[in-house]
Amino acid sequence: MNGAGLAAQDVGYAVEGRSLLAGVSLELRPGEVHAVLGRNGAGKSTLLRILAGELRAGSGTVRLNGRELAGWNAQQLARQRAVMPQSESLRFGFTVEQVVALGRFASLRQRPEEERRIVRQALELAGVGHLYDRKYPSLSGGERARVHFARAMAQIWPPEDLQAAPARYLLLDEPTASLDLAHQHDCLLQARCFAASGVGVLIVLHDPNLALRYADQATLLAGGRVAGQGPTRRLLDKAMLEQVYGLNVDLIEVPGEDAPVVVAHARRAGQASG
Amino acid sequence: MSQLSAALRKPGPLCALLALLILAAALAGLAFGATPVHAADVIRALLGAAGLVPPADPGIAATVLELRLPRVLLGLCVGGALAVSGAAMQGIFRNPLGDPGLVGVSSGAALAAAALLVLAGPARGGHWLPLAAFAGAAAATALVLRLSSSDGVARPAQMLLIGLAVNAIAGAGIGLMAHLASDSALRALTFWMYGSLERAQWPEIAVAAPLMLAAGLLLPRHAAELNALLLGEAEAAHVGVDVERLRRRVVLLVLVAVGAAVAVSGIIAFVGLVVPQLVRLWAGPDHRAVLPASALLGAALLTAADTAARTVAAPVELPIGILTALIGGPFFIGMLLQLKSRGEML
Repeated sequence: MNGAGLAAQDVGYAVEGRSLLAGVSLELRPGEVHAVLGRNGAGKSTLLRILAGELRAGSGTVRLNGRELAGWNAQQLARQRAVMPQSESLRFGFTVEQVVALGRFASLRQRPEEERRIVRQALELAGVGHLYDRKYPSLSGGERARVHFARAMAQIWPPEDLQAAPARYLLLDEPTASLDLAHQHDCLLQARCFAASGVGVLIVLHDPNLALRYADQATLLAGGRVAGQGPTRRLLDKAMLEQVYGLNVDLIEVPGEDAPVVVAHARRAGQASG
Repeated sequence: MSQLSAALRKPGPLCALLALLILAAALAGLAFGATPVHAADVIRALLGAAGLVPPADPGIAATVLELRLPRVLLGLCVGGALAVSGAAMQGIFRNPLGDPGLVGVSSGAALAAAALLVLAGPARGGHWLPLAAFAGAAAATALVLRLSSSDGVARPAQMLLIGLAVNAIAGAGIGLMAHLASDSALRALTFWMYGSLERAQWPEIAVAAPLMLAAGLLLPRHAAELNALLLGEAEAAHVGVDVERLRRRVVLLVLVAVGAAVAVSGIIAFVGLVVPQLVRLWAGPDHRAVLPASALLGAALLTAADTAARTVAAPVELPIGILTALIGGPFFIGMLLQLKSRGEML
């Protein structure tokens, strides 16, 4: 399809005169996992929310499959891109299955048994299939995060005629923040698999090791600007990481792993972050 | 047994059960009163009026058809309108304490009615009361919506606070009117403030009932959107809900339903708050069940409460709003305590 991709062009965003993002360009292509990294307050979530259409860029443009975001209505947009936010605020006693089914709000409805199959499969992929009939408020933080991951996947579930369908995008804001080590890797592996089915996946991450293992492309933000952008393994070298995080690091090759491991050196007293 | 109770949590069977409850409440409302009428005679009078059987005894027919039927019908409409509106507002505010009164519908109506009763006198003003009340409800809601919007987007937290302030101002205005009122105006005002179905007459029903019915039928169409909204506003937008349009439509429908209800029956407390909670406690938070079931349960409960208000201290009639608050208040506290122990909102 012509112009497939979710692309921010020279995007700026300011709140009360304080610039949060300036001159940021980023292109998320179908089939690709793109990590966004940077320190706290670097503008990662703001960028994700602008790409999601939740916030409107103050300057610059955002196009989804060639059409500006402003030209999409909520329902059309929801069929092409799903979002997993950083925090959740659901307090009502839905079951896990019902929560994931909420993601199917805008989808072209299929038969009820087909809808149920999609919801169950999304739950399985997120590793919470066994929780399907639990009340959501009774779940732990990590379980809740995985339920919302399932909800986001269910929202843009691969249609039957994959070839004819326009490209879809999955935007994940720190999906691994409340997950244990094993589930962090499970989650990102699923994101990779989803990308393999033709979805463009954007992930805000804090751990460069996860980015190095699971992301094809990466964008490093610092102070609301792009500090670096490109294929993850070329971009995330010692110099770039030390510059962005203000910390001494080493990249160590591990036998049997194709990505190096980033090791941060302990700070000494009096050596504050920049 | 557990299979039966599980089936009765689904929208279809639950609504069928509640429809039966409505029939029972309506029949009781037609039968009980200062002069009790046997249920068989009630049915004969109804069928007689429809021309299906020979006319019933004229005295009984008059009691059932002229005195009690309009009141029962109004009770069903008002109870249903208040409960479904309460459920919808709780969805919009994502808060089980939501109530139509939060956006000023009730207090606006009350202030307009009080001003009319006091300034024009109960004799002349009484006629225009429903119209003034509806206008007051609309004006207060429009004010709350307008003051809580920026760039055409209404913020719910802002809406709650502005609604609180508008309610307080309206309350002061009502107090002032009560202070200025003559004895007869004060009495009419008091009765209206605590709600009553005794003004039920065919012409008022003919105007108010279609408004309440239409709003009550249209609100459940937004059930799926309200479900998604429980995720949060940003999340609802992510899954494809036009949140702003939803909010405006629901508030408008609530204004029509509650404005019409308050206009003909005064302020009846707690129905909009408690009934949806009861339904959620039984059937869960899914609005596809909560909205229609609240409408039906509200209709049945208010009709039953009105029958009680007419009969417990007969021939004296209690204002129904006092009765609903008296039962609803302690009941609500009990429900909140139970929820707290379960660690969830309804």
